[in-house]
Amino acid sequence: MAEKFDVIIVGAGPGGCSAAYSLAKMGFSVLMVERGKYPGAKNVMGGRMYTYALNRLIPDFWKEAPVERKVTREKLTLLSNKSSVTLDFHDEELLEPPNSFTILRARFDQWFANKAVEAGATLVTNIRVDDLLWKDKKITGIVAGTDKLEANVVIAADGAVSLMVEKAGLKEFETKEFAIGMKEIIELPEKVIDDRFNLASEEGAAQLFIGQCTRQIPGGAFVYTNRNSLSLGIVVYINQLIESKVEAYELMREFNSNPAIAKLIAGGKIVEYSTHVIPEASRTGLFTDGLLVVGDAAGLIVNSGITLRGMDMAIASGMAAAEAVKIAMGKNDFSKKSLSHYEYLLKNDFVLADMRTFKRSPEFLQNTRLYSLYPELVCKLFHRLAVVKGPKRRLFNELLEETRGKRVRMVLDLIRGLRAL
Amino acid sequence: MNISIEDQLGLISFEVDKEKHIKVETSICRQCIDKPCLRFCPSKRFTLEKGEIVHNYEGCLECGSCKFACPKGAVDFSYPRGGYGVYYKYG
Repeated sequence: MAEKFDVIIVGAGPGGCSAAYSLAKMGFSVLMVERGKYPGAKNVMGGRMYTYALNRLIPDFWKEAPVERKVTREKLTLLSNKSSVTLDFHDEELLEPPNSFTILRARFDQWFANKAVEAGATLVTNIRVDDLLWKDKKITGIVAGTDKLEANVVIAADGAVSLMVEKAGLKEFETKEFAIGMKEIIELPEKVIDDRFNLASEEGAAQLFIGQCTRQIPGGAFVYTNRNSLSLGIVVYINQLIESKVEAYELMREFNSNPAIAKLIAGGKIVEYSTHVIPEASRTGLFTDGLLVVGDAAGLIVNSGITLRGMDMAIASGMAAAEAVKIAMGKNDFSKKSLSHYEYLLKNDFVLADMRTFKRSPEFLQNTRLYSLYPELVCKLFHRLAVVKGPKRRLFNELLEETRGKRVRMVLDLIRGLRAL
Repeated sequence: MNISIEDQLGLISFEVDKEKHIKVETSICRQCIDKPCLRFCPSKRFTLEKGEIVHNYEGCLECGSCKFACPKGAVDFSYPRGGYGVYYKYG
């Protein structure tokens, strides 16, 4: 193995693989270092990837990649103690080209890393990168155990808990910006999933839940349908979880036994539990001398309430990083100034544009009324509409009664919501 | 479905290292009244033994929550050495 590479990439997740694949295709020597036994071994996500970014890099990738199901139904469920209200969205445009797929990361990331290797990148696994290599205050490579490896550029693609970003001195972490995710994989026969979620073969559903499932702590729950399993989980903001005094795992346990969920998973078998933090709103510096940061490591996540996007952002940022490296290689200049072109590329692509569009969203989504007052209110209204136990009143009168004393706040929340989302 | 965290962890594959990857400065924990680590760790790796916080690194899912959420900065977080720790089959 050559001691010096054009580029060393730390982490073989979607950001790293996208950069490695692009750079190898451009003809550069690329080393991708993964600490897990295999790419994807350490990686967790809810379970759905939007196709837009990867489709630009590898057109029609779903024809060869290990995807689970094409998402054709989008559901949102508001949960209160005893009742639930579900919106079920289906649109022909979700089908062609496919808008998103459910995936299982251990399989998918191995496929993606292998694409990078086929393109000419070198992948090493079972190696933890301990530190960055410096020369004259510039990053010039990595340190792994006793090995020192040099590169013109290092790409930090080491995920939400990025030690490389810390070593580079790019960011101090703040607790309030993170959420914690817990997830289970529950095996069920393919046909049972089709029937329970009202799906045609190979088609999938994505269902988000807000309200009682997080005990009104800001966050939500999800169910994604894989081919013959469900990805089911809970996401809550860490600081509000701490304030609530609720135990994290208790939320996962309660969700499993929630009447709305119990029916979906009945007869299923849990085969894996996984957890990870999510950098909901924790942008870091994107570059410094000799270093670029992609994906979760840079906090490139967009949560608009309905769409939760990280993987497509990681892939797009990996592609932009490769583009920036190509230009820097042409000039043989790997300074901060030269690599700042990466930020320009992200601003002109959807990555930073979308982050800017939804910059108020994390703050808005931490409003506790979204998880208590509103799900309760909608459930109560439907309860009043649906349950017949005596004389009925008009919807308008029911609405007035249910919202008494809360209307000013509700109008303000609506305005804030419209601005944030 | 009601499954304990111990049963959940039993389903997961680990390559357990001899070396601890997370170190907790328990002298700081003694000053911490709330001890939120007992609640926020989603695999319940923090326990209280004879009044002292103990972190059980075996079974840690490397999620990073303790790195960000410990209010006293008592957690020295690193990853297990290459190849060690959790390896997800689904992810």
